[in-house]
Amino acid sequence: MSILADPNRREFLKAATLGAAGLVVGFYVPAGRRFAHAAEAPAAPAAPPLPQANAFLRIAPDGTVTVLLAHSEMGQGIWTSLPMLIAEELDFDVSKMKVEHAPAAPAYFHTAFGAQMTGGSTTTWSEFDRYRQVGAIARALLVQAAAQRLGVDAAACRTENGAVIAGDRRLRYGELADDAAQLPVPASVALKDPKDWKVIGQPTRRLDTPEKINGTAVFGLDVRLDGLLTAVVARSPVFGGKVKSFDASAALAVPGVRKVVQVPSGVAVVADHFWAAQQGRDALKVDWDLGAGAALDTVAMLAEYRKLAAADGKVAAAAGDAPGALAKADKVVDVEYVAPYLAHAPMEPLNATVRIATDRCDVWTGTQMQTGEQMAAAAITGLKPEQVHIHTTFLGGGFGRRATASADWVSEAVHVATAAGATVKTVWTREDDVRGGYYRPMVVHRIRAALGSDGLPAGWDHTIVSQSVMAGTPFESMFAKTGIDPSSVEGAADSPYLKAIPNHRVQLQDYRAPVPVLWWRSVGHSHTAFAMECMVDELARAAGIDPVEYRRRLLADQPRLRAALDLAAAKAGWRSPLPAGRARGVAVHESFGSFVAQVAEVSVEGGRIRVHRVVCAIDCGIAVNPKTIEAQMESGIAFGLGAALSSAITFKDGRVQQSNFDDYRVLRLPDMPKVEVHIVPSRERPGGVGEPGTPPIAPAVANAVAALTGQRLREMPLRLRA
Amino acid sequence: MKLRVNGKDHEVAAPPDMPLLWVLRDLLGLTGTKYGCGVGQCGACLVHVDGKPRRSCMTDVADVAGKSITTIEGLSADASHPVQQAWAEMDVVQCGYCQSGQIMAAAALIAEKTKPTDPEIDAALGRQLCRCGTYQRVRAAVHRAAELNQEQKS
Ligand code: FES
Ligand code: FES
Repeated sequence: MSILADPNRREFLKAATLGAAGLVVGFYVPAGRRFAHAAEAPAAPAAPPLPQANAFLRIAPDGTVTVLLAHSEMGQGIWTSLPMLIAEELDFDVSKMKVEHAPAAPAYFHTAFGAQMTGGSTTTWSEFDRYRQVGAIARALLVQAAAQRLGVDAAACRTENGAVIAGDRRLRYGELADDAAQLPVPASVALKDPKDWKVIGQPTRRLDTPEKINGTAVFGLDVRLDGLLTAVVARSPVFGGKVKSFDASAALAVPGVRKVVQVPSGVAVVADHFWAAQQGRDALKVDWDLGAGAALDTVAMLAEYRKLAAADGKVAAAAGDAPGALAKADKVVDVEYVAPYLAHAPMEPLNATVRIATDRCDVWTGTQMQTGEQMAAAAITGLKPEQVHIHTTFLGGGFGRRATASADWVSEAVHVATAAGATVKTVWTREDDVRGGYYRPMVVHRIRAALGSDGLPAGWDHTIVSQSVMAGTPFESMFAKTGIDPSSVEGAADSPYLKAIPNHRVQLQDYRAPVPVLWWRSVGHSHTAFAMECMVDELARAAGIDPVEYRRRLLADQPRLRAALDLAAAKAGWRSPLPAGRARGVAVHESFGSFVAQVAEVSVEGGRIRVHRVVCAIDCGIAVNPKTIEAQMESGIAFGLGAALSSAITFKDGRVQQSNFDDYRVLRLPDMPKVEVHIVPSRERPGGVGEPGTPPIAPAVANAVAALTGQRLREMPLRLRA
Repeated sequence: MKLRVNGKDHEVAAPPDMPLLWVLRDLLGLTGTKYGCGVGQCGACLVHVDGKPRRSCMTDVADVAGKSITTIEGLSADASHPVQQAWAEMDVVQCGYCQSGQIMAAAALIAEKTKPTDPEIDAALGRQLCRCGTYQRVRAAVHRAAELNQEQKS
């Protein structure tokens, strides 16, 4: 028997009682509130109820310790860092822990959002207390069980590396698991003093490496079941189009094709295997009613965005009199920054496997939002949410794409399985992924700034034009009052720079278009950091002040940002000479509770921008696993650099002009710079690390290019003028 | 037709133009080889055919009948291949999805070049995409694998 296997302790698995109205979740937590929960939780141990430890941890009599993850592993390393939190308090060797994704159930709801989900770089800070408490509870129960068995006082016992020790007696956790399972759970537990930490802060290797280097790791696409069929879906070539009619005869003639069924998103070809399904889809004839989406054209849209950027929008932040300060100023810098639509293009294309029976529905998929998928599948099948079993596989990358309010690909797969009356894996091709949305919105920033006599900005007037990623979703209720999607302006409206600028204003022009848009690694920061950090750099140069020094002056009251900036500058040798043909650029940005500065070293070769080295400093509070942080900085930089140098989604006649990795270009190995990561030592509560590495890289590179060539590139992807 | 995969013979009933990738994954159940693009652009599907790297999404199964095919599952029985060892040592993987292809490409490279240079690594792995950006570690791990390979041989 294991602690978890005790039937009395399985209530947590019972029901997802969340009603539709309960789904008020989002990746966006207003900056002020972001740490509210985390900050309140540890203060009074009696206040928040302790986690149901048995939902998160199993200790089997053979000594196997299994950690259940409330969040999804998509590369970001929580498969290792969450077990580390338990291991710290449990006194158990983390490298010996087994790890599983948890089922979908209320016990695993995000501690701040009230739904089971992974995103917003929230996992570490939101679980920092809960997973440690789980370890501490289990340890207390094991100690109690040992004390009873040995007839000693619990206070006479200590724990070490998977055993309880009392005097010269030593009992392994496995030997105590059955007894511990019968004991009442303590009302409170004390967590270790940080000075006693042995696991937290130790560079720890990934626990998921073995299965990811021998081909056995199971991603959604790898799920195999008896009688499983595979579907691909023909979707409208433009957004919003509907099926008028279709002719399935040629598709059905393809060997291996079993069925052709209509679903809300299009027409699904269901076959024995992927190859037959794809060939069947090629042969399928669909007549589409394209609708208004067929007029979509990004060139025309951009012209419209630029017009809107010159007009007044909704005020997201304001102090003093920005227009007045600009009118009075001798020197005004007036510029526009442009960011394109971007696909997430996770390496594993979207897919979900669905099996429906009379009283249950099983879904295997890599998802960032289990609760949403569970509710969507329940609504479609008419089952109760707790009858829908979500089996989270490894995610072949997420970057936000596997977290949609519409549960789009899972809903579609449930429709396909229902219509086909079979167990079906619905697979998106890469072309479907590149052309099918969701995208990071296209964004225009117009900024006018006045230089004061000291060279610092005396006025800042800023308008952002963007589609909202939350409009039209349940998350919209979060900003019903203001009409301002906070994720469209984050990183700008709340920029620390503005605190140092007496007259400032940030406005939003909310654009509506039939293009599905979504959070893309670092969300609003993916474009606001580009605009803010390039503009500050332009002002520094206009004022004739060194860009690092200029930022230090503006950030005089921002010790954490400044410390990250200073560390990156020092490690990069900011003032040291470079070989001819090279230059450095800097950017520093706060996002998701962490502070990141990057110095990029670039050259131009044959008209192409080459980035040779990136020195990155991060203050993410307590560094739970320094190896994860380093890896995530490398990853965030590569992701952002690919976008900065080469990625864009464009539309003409409603059609996406890109289709696969040949024309939707992402970073490749030869273009990966040498990345050096430095972690600012900190005892602050943890911040995020999955996303904060991404925002600073594009501006750091653009600023370096400006320093090298004098060309100010204000549009991503960055392209040098001949 | 007969297919020799990881040292085992299989009889497969597949149309001759079915890509090797889908034969491996959907007919033989060898899911370690991944689909990332289907058009030869990402390398997630890379396997060895008679020891040479080959993108299985672009390979008609009939073309490799009778040849010796190795997938990630057959690279070693116990992850003891120097590339796998180096990958573990350098903590390369993130989501892991591209890594079968990266590892197979690296294994083919060090079989050919005892001490690959950076430009040789660029040439051999430059089109193995990784959206998680593990490239810096991939490069370092290829160098390390070449070292381990030499140590094991001597
Ligand atoms: S799947 Fe074969 S190269 Fe991408
Ligand atoms: S590890 Fe995720 S795509 Fe390479």
